[in-house]
Amino acid sequence: MRKTAVLVAGALLLSGCVGGPPKAGGKVSGDKIVLGVLNDQSGIYADLSGKNSVEAVRMAVEDFKAKYGAKAVTRNIEVVTADHQNKSDVAGSKAQELYDRNGADVILDVPQSASALAVAKVAKDKKKLYFNITAATTELTGKQCNRYTFHYAYDTYMLANGTGTAVTRQGAKNWYVVYPDYAFGQDMQKSFTTAVEKAGGKVGVKDPTPFPNDNFSTFLLKAQNMDPRPDVLGTMQAGGDLVNLVKQYNEFGLRDKGIKLSVGLMFLTDIHSLGPDAFAGTTFTDAWYWNFDARNREFADRFLKRTDTRPTFAHAANYSAALQYLEAAQRAGTDASDDVVKTLEGHSFEDVFARGGKVRAEDHRVIHDAYLAEVKPKSAVTEAWDYERILRTIPAAEAFRPVNESGCTFS
Amino acid sequence: MTNFLQQCFNGLVSGSFYGLLALGLAVIFGMLGVVNFAHGAFYMLGAFGAYVLLTEAGINFWLALVLVPVALALLGTLVERFGVRWLTGLDPLYNFLLTFGITLVLQDLVKREYGVASQPYPRPDALKGTVDLGLFEYPTYQVFAFAVSVGLCLAVWLLLTRTRIGLIVRAATERPELTGALGVDVRRWVTPVFAFGVALAGLAGVLAAPMRAVNPLMGADMVIAVFAVVVIGGLGSIFGSVLAGYAVGLLQALGQLYVPELAQILTFVLMAVVLLWRPSGLFGREEARA
Repeated sequence: MRKTAVLVAGALLLSGCVGGPPKAGGKVSGDKIVLGVLNDQSGIYADLSGKNSVEAVRMAVEDFKAKYGAKAVTRNIEVVTADHQNKSDVAGSKAQELYDRNGADVILDVPQSASALAVAKVAKDKKKLYFNITAATTELTGKQCNRYTFHYAYDTYMLANGTGTAVTRQGAKNWYVVYPDYAFGQDMQKSFTTAVEKAGGKVGVKDPTPFPNDNFSTFLLKAQNMDPRPDVLGTMQAGGDLVNLVKQYNEFGLRDKGIKLSVGLMFLTDIHSLGPDAFAGTTFTDAWYWNFDARNREFADRFLKRTDTRPTFAHAANYSAALQYLEAAQRAGTDASDDVVKTLEGHSFEDVFARGGKVRAEDHRVIHDAYLAEVKPKSAVTEAWDYERILRTIPAAEAFRPVNESGCTFS
Repeated sequence: MTNFLQQCFNGLVSGSFYGLLALGLAVIFGMLGVVNFAHGAFYMLGAFGAYVLLTEAGINFWLALVLVPVALALLGTLVERFGVRWLTGLDPLYNFLLTFGITLVLQDLVKREYGVASQPYPRPDALKGTVDLGLFEYPTYQVFAFAVSVGLCLAVWLLLTRTRIGLIVRAATERPELTGALGVDVRRWVTPVFAFGVALAGLAGVLAAPMRAVNPLMGADMVIAVFAVVVIGGLGSIFGSVLAGYAVGLLQALGQLYVPELAQILTFVLMAVVLLWRPSGLFGREEARA
């Protein structure tokens, strides 16, 4: 008697987890769902995203299959991948190839803003889904938005809003901003200036720097000789340039002279490349951190086993985007683009990457909690890759650009 | 005023690296008539050499400063013996393809092994902190890098002008056939000169490791500016190349200070102006080598 009760309860629980059978079966084109990961596999973004993002997407496919078993909309899910070499023309043609020849139902990742926008155009023309993860430009959900493009992990507004506001409120009112003189840097500089001014600070001086650049001494000296001396040096550099700048910032001892360092965009791999002491005390905005809680850690442990490294937020976001795409196809019971878009729009969800996640219907910005993080000094680091202390969770609703400022019309 | 002097010094530190790299390029071009497009990759290997020695064998910066250039000289010898040598007398394009190919192979090998992110390399303890230069304080390490670069350039200059080896190398650079006719075996000096140029690039790489990002692309970013430097100084003119190296460093620093928007192109504007005014560079010879 008791046994039966337990069995029934168990069965009920299970069916609750699984969410019932798909609404309609057999509507998947070619009886196969194809996820295309298009990213940089040998250039400057290869470590922070690259091949390990493909691995993260594979993890999502496995988890999806394990969750739905025979009830999955299809068991036949394939992951294909291509290298866009950070060239927007290559990105565009590879995207066409993925959609047309490989039959991709969705393209994921695509770092580098120009490439990201090129792929958005292809997605619009082909009427196929596209989740951008590693590019920063707000244009994807702004003037250049379209019905099939979703922006998943972060953008320049989120970075500037988180870091610029927090650091200014901590008392660093007078900013000196240096930014690489190309689209990303200019975007970041504008977003930061807006955020800093809104928080009651000011950007006293902003200087464009050559790109790439291996000597930032000019700007560092200029900072220490300024009158009044800035409270904080905001750098929008990325990758190797960021490493150059930070090495030299430390050499000139600007921190001891009272000029803090604030970094616009930083990945876990950047901290790893210089060691935490070089960045210790630096505040920045992170989209996700692997050692934030038990749930993240569990994912990071699985990831470590497969890749030998800890996931950056880009890796986790690729996992999450692939999973949410599959879940949407499951709900829609098909991989037909328009039906999947419909089930995604306005959808609220929660997964290992996205806490308080929601797909905004108005501009396709995927919002989720963001985190204000600080780099720990080496003495506080207890294990490999454990470099960050999360100071504050920025709730999803505050973290991203408000809908009414986006300018997206889907026209 | 102090600020201005400080910025000038900045430029000279930057120029130290251009100078060292340009010096290597210039001696190689002078002796072999080969534009070594792999120079940036050798610079990158120098930095990685220091990094690998430190992490794999615990060998410190000072030893690396000696060991890495020696290792690169060996590599240079191999490249000259088994590559460059076979292409002498052919269209210069063949050597361009060879050295450019070597760059791509070396870059990708390093990428495969270490990824694209920058690797950490600490400053040696003795060179931490800042030093008082009278008018202003400056990071000790950068002063050291500048001193090493100037010292080496002077030493090479003395070697070329005051010794018999230098005499032969200079003669072979100017008129290889005539030098040969005088009973000097010019070919004997080709390999050592090539190896020496490569070793200089490696040394510059080791010097760069503590103050710059150590990644597979560091050489590719650098080499473009260095080619501009060599063109400004005059292809094959050793003195001109080194001088142009420091001058371009200075120009970039002051450009970044006063006209940050234009800093990026200033070097190339200067190159264009020099080419219009003196097509063979500031110190180049009038006739071009075939």
